[in-house]
Amino acid sequence: MRVERKGKMLARILYNLLQAAVVVGFAPLVEGVAARLKEIVQSKRGPSIFQPYRDLRKLLHKDEIVSEYSSWIFRAAPYVAFAAPIFVALLIPVLTRYPLFFAFMGDMLGGGFVLALGGFFTTLAAVDTANPYGPMGASRTRMVGFLAEPVFIVVFLTVSFVAGSTIPYIVQTRWVSPPSNFFEPSHVLLMIAFFMLILAEDGRLPVDSPAGTFELAMIDRSKSLEFSGRGAALMKWAGAMKFFVLVTIFLNVLVTPWGLAQGMGAGEVLLAIPLVLFKMLLFVLVLVVIESSLAKLRLFRITEFLGAAFVISVVAMITRLSAI
Amino acid sequence: MGGAIFALDALAGALFLLAALGVVATRQVLASLQLFIVQSLLLAASALLLGGADRSPHLLAVAAITVLTKALLIPWLLRRMVPSEVYRMREVERVLNIPSALLASAVLIVVAYAVADPLAAAAPAPFIRINLPLGIAAMFLGGLTIAVRREAVPQLLGLLGIENGVFFAAVAITPNLPLIAELAAAADVPVIALVVGMLTRAIHARLGTTAVGELSVLREE
Repeated sequence: MRVERKGKMLARILYNLLQAAVVVGFAPLVEGVAARLKEIVQSKRGPSIFQPYRDLRKLLHKDEIVSEYSSWIFRAAPYVAFAAPIFVALLIPVLTRYPLFFAFMGDMLGGGFVLALGGFFTTLAAVDTANPYGPMGASRTRMVGFLAEPVFIVVFLTVSFVAGSTIPYIVQTRWVSPPSNFFEPSHVLLMIAFFMLILAEDGRLPVDSPAGTFELAMIDRSKSLEFSGRGAALMKWAGAMKFFVLVTIFLNVLVTPWGLAQGMGAGEVLLAIPLVLFKMLLFVLVLVVIESSLAKLRLFRITEFLGAAFVISVVAMITRLSAI
Repeated sequence: MGGAIFALDALAGALFLLAALGVVATRQVLASLQLFIVQSLLLAASALLLGGADRSPHLLAVAAITVLTKALLIPWLLRRMVPSEVYRMREVERVLNIPSALLASAVLIVVAYAVADPLAAAAPAPFIRINLPLGIAAMFLGGLTIAVRREAVPQLLGLLGIENGVFFAAVAITPNLPLIAELAAAADVPVIALVVGMLTRAIHARLGTTAVGELSVLREE
């Protein structure tokens, strides 16, 4: 009896680490697939879906150049930014429906704080170098950030209120049992608001152009211009992982908690990996269509975009509160 | 079965309100017209669902009339009457900028729920709990559209939005609305659209603009 429980405990720890490994391992792949799909939609051929891995390998083998005017923050930022999504991956349901070993270490707000820590260090590092574009991008990111913050809070508040808990594992089961809950108006509105939030947080069109090369127009990408070698690789990887984690929260907690492992069997958990990746492929497809059909918003129109997201999330909250 | 219809009606209601928000916030005149069509179709969907749940032929008639007049006739009239260059424009000047207008609409929606709550609590039918607050909120948002926008066509869409809101609440409150009332409303509304359309056409021909918000000062020439 004791031995069996110990075995279960060990499995939970292992699965949890596997979860983080999936995030680390497959995040560049998702980015590569997104880039390839985007080229295909625009009737071009596009690079191989494994191109991000090659980029990472190339960057890791290169020398790193650090400005002598920068402080320790610039050196530490890539590691903090790289570690933050991994910690969040321990807290959220990536592969399994039941809570794993670290699930109760932090709730959704905790995860949000850990992600924000990575963003905070990236911003500081951008200001740290004397590069003129870094601080500009950093201040713009903060602008988008503080406009996105109230939406985040309202979405999480509503979700937690509905489920009676802030632990993502408990939240996700609420939307599928019974299935008609899925079409609850507050749920649909929350999905729309959170989707707009992902677009803004990850620097996607229409808020920011991820493929842009014009520094003056950059919001998110100009913060990592100064990094080279290993630092650049870690920053790139961290960006991909942050996107992976946000999409995982969106898909597994808010939208479709289907396809996750129900039992403790290793086969079931491993089977969940392709299922989750398939869901992500569908999400990326929608994202690519949006990115290819919309133009970038002017900087001061971003307030309108996120204002709309905020109002939608508030409406979701009100419809929920009054329904009871 | 009842639960599914309830959920679908709630979904239609949420999207109905979202379309009303869109009419407040979009810049392009054409986009607001399209959002109005979507809103009308969602109103028809709600009437259809309620008609199916209550087995009321009147509500099915409401749905049919809504689709005919608001989703087909009025847009066709407006497209015909108003010069097409109005639809290609963006409305640059507004009374309130878009984020403030959106925040104002959030406040109005909260007020609508606060107003409707005691009324809905007293009502026996379950659908009133969904349709009444959303209908009142859509009415408020229509009023806000009229107050905030300066172009003639979006202002008219605000007026029609109020009408949509009234109907959205009404289909849940009175499942057996006399058909004559619906027919009267169905005849009235296109006439309003027709009159405003003609007026807009005349204003545009004379002044070269349809920003009726600027017509607040009388001047003799």
